[in-house]
Amino acid sequence: MVKEIKNNVVTPANDLDIRLTDAVCVNESQLEHAWYHNLKYLAVGVLFGIVFVKAEIISWYRIQEMFRLQSFHMYGVIGSAVVVGIISIWLIKRFNIKTMYGEQVVIHSKTFNKGQIFGGLLFGLGWAITGACPGPLFAQIGTGVGVIIVTLLSAIAGTWVYGYFRERLPH
Amino acid sequence: MLEFISQPWPWYIAGPLIGLTVPALLLLGNKSFGISSSLRHICAACLPANIPFFKYEWKKEVWNLFFVAGILVGGFVAMQWLSNSEPIQIHPSLVAELSTYGITEISGLLPEQLFTWNSLMTIRGFLMIVVGGFLIGFGTRYAGGCTSGHAIMGLSNLQWPSLLATCCFMIGGFLMANFILPLILSL
Repeated sequence: MVKEIKNNVVTPANDLDIRLTDAVCVNESQLEHAWYHNLKYLAVGVLFGIVFVKAEIISWYRIQEMFRLQSFHMYGVIGSAVVVGIISIWLIKRFNIKTMYGEQVVIHSKTFNKGQIFGGLLFGLGWAITGACPGPLFAQIGTGVGVIIVTLLSAIAGTWVYGYFRERLPH
Repeated sequence: MLEFISQPWPWYIAGPLIGLTVPALLLLGNKSFGISSSLRHICAACLPANIPFFKYEWKKEVWNLFFVAGILVGGFVAMQWLSNSEPIQIHPSLVAELSTYGITEISGLLPEQLFTWNSLMTIRGFLMIVVGGFLIGFGTRYAGGCTSGHAIMGLSNLQWPSLLATCCFMIGGFLMANFILPLILSL
């Protein structure tokens, strides 16, 4: 299933393989760190959450406007984010920029399966009803819309149900 | 300065900042930007139930849970200390459309009449809050990523399956917003 794993420390033997099933974003590091090293991701998350709220990306109305072609805002946000992302990854690869721990940057590539179509359509339906993708759910709860906790729990349940029926679904 | 920050941010500020999350996470520790995976890690941590899909060392991905906890805190910070009191600007056609469903309280980021504990007991509220959430969780995992993992991280890394997934997100969204959601809202 996985053709190329550059970092060779995987315990148990197929742990990374399991994580790589139906996930774009999988991370594997040979380095072991104390838990508080994770606080830097908390900090990035805080900044990210602030952008989400201040640019109204977590607003139900902005998502409705996007899907009704009434506003350029969300297209501008996603489009410019992708452009900056493409340039950043190109620079990292071109100049072989290392992580702050001196590790080589590894990004796993994604192979096609039909889940990207079926799952993508289903997620699109959910995105337009709730006006939120998974990230904004967390930010909406933070802004004080308490009932979104139910949406988040339901999303976790949806993930679990997918895991349960995974073998029987077309991929 | 604070007054400047308190205004809604335009797309050309927010988009690049979100794009910079990609190299920030890569360089801070080889982490690929993605959010929906956190839902899977929560399943793996809380209720793996011997399902192979959830039998992995979720602690290796614990950074992702710190990241989403940060997003929640960021939402709180932005609301408490960086918000202004101006009502949100909404396209007049959307305002008109919503008023036909009796949705007129439109000052916050979400329509208060739709996303409250009380509306959870109505068919409309149940569909939007519970069924909508379920579709997000089921769909993103089936697709292998969400707007972050596919549309931003995947496209940044020029992955064509991510482009396909992103197109399907948009098609699903267009269908829901223009054809199905009007039926739900009129319930």
